[in-house]
Amino acid sequence: MPGRTLYDKLVDAHVVRRIDDDGLVLLYVDRTVLNEYTSPQAFAGLRAAGRRVWNPSAALMVVDHVNPTAARRTREMPDVDAARQVDYFAENARDFGIEYFDIMDPRQGIEHVVAPEQGLVMPGMVIAAGDSHTTAYGAFGALGYGIGTSDIEHYLATSTVRYRRLKTMRINVTGHLPLGVTSKDIVMEIIRRIGADGATGYAVEFAGPAVRDMSVEGRIVMSIMIVEAGARGVVVAPDQKVLDYLEGRPRAPKGEMWDRAARAWLQLRSDPDARFDREMTVDAGEVAPVVTWGTSPDQAIAVTGQVPDPENNAAAVRALSYMGLQAGTPIQSVPIDFAFIGSCTNSRIEDLREAAKVFRGRHVATGVRAIVVPGSTQVRVQAEIEGIAQILIDAGVEWRQSGCSMCLAMNDDILAPGQRSASSTNRNFEGRQGPGARTHLMSPAMVAAAAVTGRITDVRALIKEGAQ
Amino acid sequence: MTPFHCVTGTAAPMMTPNVDTDVIMPKMFLKGIDRSGLGEGVFNLLRFNAGRPNPDFVLNRDGYRDASFLVVGPNFGCGSSREHAVWGLQQLGIRALIGTTFAGIFNDNCANNGLLTISLDAATCGALADAVSDPASNRLTVDLEQQTIRIEGGDGRSVPFGIEAARKEAFLTGRDAIGSTLAFADDIRAFEARHRAENPWMF
Ligand code: SF4
Repeated sequence: MPGRTLYDKLVDAHVVRRIDDDGLVLLYVDRTVLNEYTSPQAFAGLRAAGRRVWNPSAALMVVDHVNPTAARRTREMPDVDAARQVDYFAENARDFGIEYFDIMDPRQGIEHVVAPEQGLVMPGMVIAAGDSHTTAYGAFGALGYGIGTSDIEHYLATSTVRYRRLKTMRINVTGHLPLGVTSKDIVMEIIRRIGADGATGYAVEFAGPAVRDMSVEGRIVMSIMIVEAGARGVVVAPDQKVLDYLEGRPRAPKGEMWDRAARAWLQLRSDPDARFDREMTVDAGEVAPVVTWGTSPDQAIAVTGQVPDPENNAAAVRALSYMGLQAGTPIQSVPIDFAFIGSCTNSRIEDLREAAKVFRGRHVATGVRAIVVPGSTQVRVQAEIEGIAQILIDAGVEWRQSGCSMCLAMNDDILAPGQRSASSTNRNFEGRQGPGARTHLMSPAMVAAAAVTGRITDVRALIKEGAQ
Repeated sequence: MTPFHCVTGTAAPMMTPNVDTDVIMPKMFLKGIDRSGLGEGVFNLLRFNAGRPNPDFVLNRDGYRDASFLVVGPNFGCGSSREHAVWGLQQLGIRALIGTTFAGIFNDNCANNGLLTISLDAATCGALADAVSDPASNRLTVDLEQQTIRIEGGDGRSVPFGIEAARKEAFLTGRDAIGSTLAFADDIRAFEARHRAENPWMF
């Protein structure tokens, strides 16, 4: 029998039973995290059918999408619709007996930041949740994937989801990350190469020396963002770094149980002779900071490049017109109005440290508004302890409370039509940061560079300048 | 979910690649706690200009206002997991989407609600889009039982399509997935006990 991939092992270990001969199975799901905007109709469905939650202790509810991120946090939701969603969310937590981090909880934050932070994500788990970026948990060797509201309801009622096995793709990242190049740039480069549907139908395994060298947080960035190439599941073989990250977290096993778990976790990897349906290799050493120019995450170029010629491609023509850009313009000359550092992709402590290195001793350019929204309330506290918050404030950056914020602009953090942002988020779709808003995706350090110069800038130039 | 057998209706072409769920259902319409009002939300920023129908948008053009089908470009439904996109399309009267590839979560959401997604090869899909771009040949009959799409006007061509047996069955019966899964409750309990014994730290 040929070897199995880590993805296949995780699926195999969770199959309750086969449903058909085409690969449809009933898959046991170990955990979920619920948010206030994709869950209400699932709970309404349970209520209408008189069903209970199969295993309430496997779920966590956290408010993150609709809440304001103003510096002074209060329980009030200024928006009536948001208030109704949050009230209903709290009511569902109470009635179905699920743990709930409300907006004032010191553990509150973006679900994909909070779940690992609490030690809820463990290698070997399957985690399905109502948010496409649930793939984040692949960084721990857990199979995480996004589901819609009907499947949330299905999961809550049965602890299972009907699941069709994906094809597998291994992405090997070799070489070393050059100075100023981050895991965000690597994953954006991969998406640029394979396209916005390049991984549709696949589960991706990230492997190779550059991935092993990467911190767990760096792997989370890649695991989240590869969703923008259509990946529906991500795994990275867990190693000592994952163990070090998890040990001592509130929900991580303790004592003898920890030793047993740790031994099992380190066994989780693809067999050496496992075959993948597709393989690709990226040399990290050849990657430059990447910036998007269009309205799809694969419409991207190296920061040293020029806005490409759309060559009669209707989608590219439309994207350029929406973005207000001309073919041939050096992307570095494009001025910005807004700089946003936040989102589940890039709002963890390491992201803020990288941004602070650029902001230290510099100031946000005239005419630019810059905001930093930490991924969780704990990240916020940590950044304050480390002095990062003060560096940001001294640089003229607004230091805010945690939430999804301008990643999807469901709260009051929203751009005006035509405003252009440098953004550490994951989606540059039309209207994502507000109707008519123009988003350029990049790494947090690159956002900081754009904030201080007032235009899209190669952060490597500032790093050199800083080193002199 | 709504069952799907055989539906005849107008098809509108929408061949832009990577139409994401933010475009299908903009964020302003995500703040409900039920499924109401999403028919207004669907494609809102494309359908309306300052509250008025945008004459350039296909579903506002003569012959396409009552569309039951969309013929779409690759990777339709990418991005956010929001099922509101599917509910909105259904509230607008869309019964099936015909394209090449659909994004994973979106495709599952469609299946869970009875919105049929049909994948064709690029050439066949392109030819169908060309046909329905002419209002004289934009009526289709989608027959799930027979697995065919027939062009009612024009040359009356019929295009076959593939679909997995279990998916077809689910669409035809409109079954309640949770109800059928709960019939396996004993299997789930047995699995859970074994899984807990092997991985006690997960519980
Ligand atoms: S930060 Fe953005 S991508 Fe992440 S969960 Fe929130 S809205 Fe989704």
